[in-house]
Amino acid sequence: MAAPALLAAGVGRRFLGRWAVRNVSFELPTGALLLVHGANGAGKTTLLRVLASALSPTEGSVSVFGGTPSGARARVSLLSHADGHYDELSGRDNLEAARRLGNLTGNVGEVLARVGLATRADDPVRQYSAGMRKRLAFARVLLKSPALALFDEPYAALDADGHVLVDTLFRELHAAGTTLVVSTHQVGRVAPISTHTAELASGRLVAFGRAGTDAPGEPVSTALPTGNLAEERP
Amino acid sequence: MTRNLLITGALAVLLQVGGMVAGLTLSPPEQHMSDLVRIMFVHVPVAWAAMATFTVTLVAAIGWLSTRRWGWDHLLDASLEVGVVLGVLLSVQGSVWGYPTWGTWWTWDPRLTSVAVMVLSFLGILALRAFVDDPDKRASWSAAASILAWGSVPFTYFCVKVMNSLHQKQTPWGAMAPEMLRVLLLNTGTVTILTLWMLVARYRLARVELQRELDT
Amino acid sequence: MKEILRQCTLVVRKELLHLWRGRARLVATAAFAFANLVVFSFAGGLHSEALRTNAAGFLWVGILLASTLALGESFRVEVQNNALEAMLLLPVHPAAIFYGKAIGNLVLLTLVGMVMIPFSVVLFDATPAGGLGRLFLTIPFGAAAISAPGTMHAALSSRARSRDVLLPLLLFPLVVPGLVAAVQATQLGFVGDAMGDYGDWLTVLAGFCVVQWGLGGLLFSFVVEE
Repeated sequence: MAAPALLAAGVGRRFLGRWAVRNVSFELPTGALLLVHGANGAGKTTLLRVLASALSPTEGSVSVFGGTPSGARARVSLLSHADGHYDELSGRDNLEAARRLGNLTGNVGEVLARVGLATRADDPVRQYSAGMRKRLAFARVLLKSPALALFDEPYAALDADGHVLVDTLFRELHAAGTTLVVSTHQVGRVAPISTHTAELASGRLVAFGRAGTDAPGEPVSTALPTGNLAEERP
Repeated sequence: MTRNLLITGALAVLLQVGGMVAGLTLSPPEQHMSDLVRIMFVHVPVAWAAMATFTVTLVAAIGWLSTRRWGWDHLLDASLEVGVVLGVLLSVQGSVWGYPTWGTWWTWDPRLTSVAVMVLSFLGILALRAFVDDPDKRASWSAAASILAWGSVPFTYFCVKVMNSLHQKQTPWGAMAPEMLRVLLLNTGTVTILTLWMLVARYRLARVELQRELDT
Repeated sequence: MKEILRQCTLVVRKELLHLWRGRARLVATAAFAFANLVVFSFAGGLHSEALRTNAAGFLWVGILLASTLALGESFRVEVQNNALEAMLLLPVHPAAIFYGKAIGNLVLLTLVGMVMIPFSVVLFDATPAGGLGRLFLTIPFGAAAISAPGTMHAALSSRARSRDVLLPLLLFPLVVPGLVAAVQATQLGFVGDAMGDYGDWLTVLAGFCVVQWGLGGLLFSFVVEE
């Protein structure tokens, strides 16, 4: 059996005296689409950042495709609130710099067209609206074509067209075998295509399971061995 | 715990007072500098203690970055603060000695300047620690900054050696009158004990502080 | 190693592109350095002799003050949208980021410094008796002595509270040894180098740079990884 895309064992992250995430354990098979939801401040952003190796866990461990999270960076993308753009550079320059630095194989022109930024590609990012910045962040993910992509609030700031675009992108990435982790309040948009669901409350994983089997909100003991929580898909 | 610390602290201070009394009575006045030489009995030990303490800072910084054990961060915190106190003391002593000898409280002599710069570098790191809330970042950042600051200490020191300096050249141990040498060694011992005590006390305080920070 | 070098050149390229796109900023930094020189002329009490003897010191203190603006800005753009983190996750090696940004800052400070030379010659009435070559050659070395520790401490302070106070507080004492050597070498360019000491001061300056650039590359990953 190949190593799971994500394996979290007792993951916790503390900020000063406050645990943003505590005792989170789960296993996510390759190719899955995990929907993460929970109230504001439940720890979704922290969890995603730990999984993407942007933060190191205070306790517990994460393995990505069987290796360390920082060792897997070349195969992982994180789309977060802070989009990582340089305001003075154009959208194209931003992507071009990322392509060269990361030795990425994607085509800058193609991904810009895919997210609908072709006409504004040469304007400096500081002139972009919040939604356009978000589209550029998606283009960055597509450019990398990662094996594991983590999305933190992908729908925020986007217009109706943007929402449809994100739905389509998720379907395409999922169909191509990319493992996806999507943290969102738009549960209804992602639930139909998700294979797994996780619910966080006050930093704890209160529900985790295959979509459709464990209804969101139904508590699952995190003390269970992780192997029982996620079997291979039939 | 606290009582032991108080008792040992009182003893260390008493020892230091003894060393200072010895410096004022047991040693003869020097032929050129007469009674002014007596400041040397505390000046040289404090210089040694300050250098040694900042070297402890360097060791603690490397220790934290390679092991991530909190003990190293406590030691870093303790040695930074004790080192800055000793460094300030060293500069003040130099100033007190400088006025009657050179006729000026402060001069931009390379040796004095390098000590002042060293103290300021580490003082900046104390400020850095005050402005970073996350304990992990605070520990890593101040450790990296300490190594960088320490890197310029030996550099300055060796540059000073090749430059002309108003400062007294170090006297070889053998050329010193035995009465003076004995008093100097005694004071080196007492200052070292006092420094060690300060480090231990400050280390414990750092441990308690971190615990409180993580609990609230 | 080869990969770090490749990434480093790309980071430099990005820095220079960023510098060019935001060139108004570059001009403003140079203008600030110039304003410093003008203010210093009043510090000497308008005695042209005092100004001439201290020309080298004024020049370097002017560059140092301007450097805090440039260095702070170079990490403001990395921190405000988390671009630094995006680079690390690509992944780009921290040492490549450090050297890339340090070289970018070196280029900027060198440009500013070289533009300031003619101004200090004119403002302080300091004829370069030791030759313009000595003046211009010292600039990149002195800029390197500021840019490596400056890049390191800008990375730290940009993510701490009170960043504007913190950067000079950490940076100034640290660069004193390098700055002393740069001032001495520059002074020889202004007053003439009868004893042939220029090479010695440049060696001291280069030694300082080697220590700071070496340590910076080793320590940067501890500063940027969370």
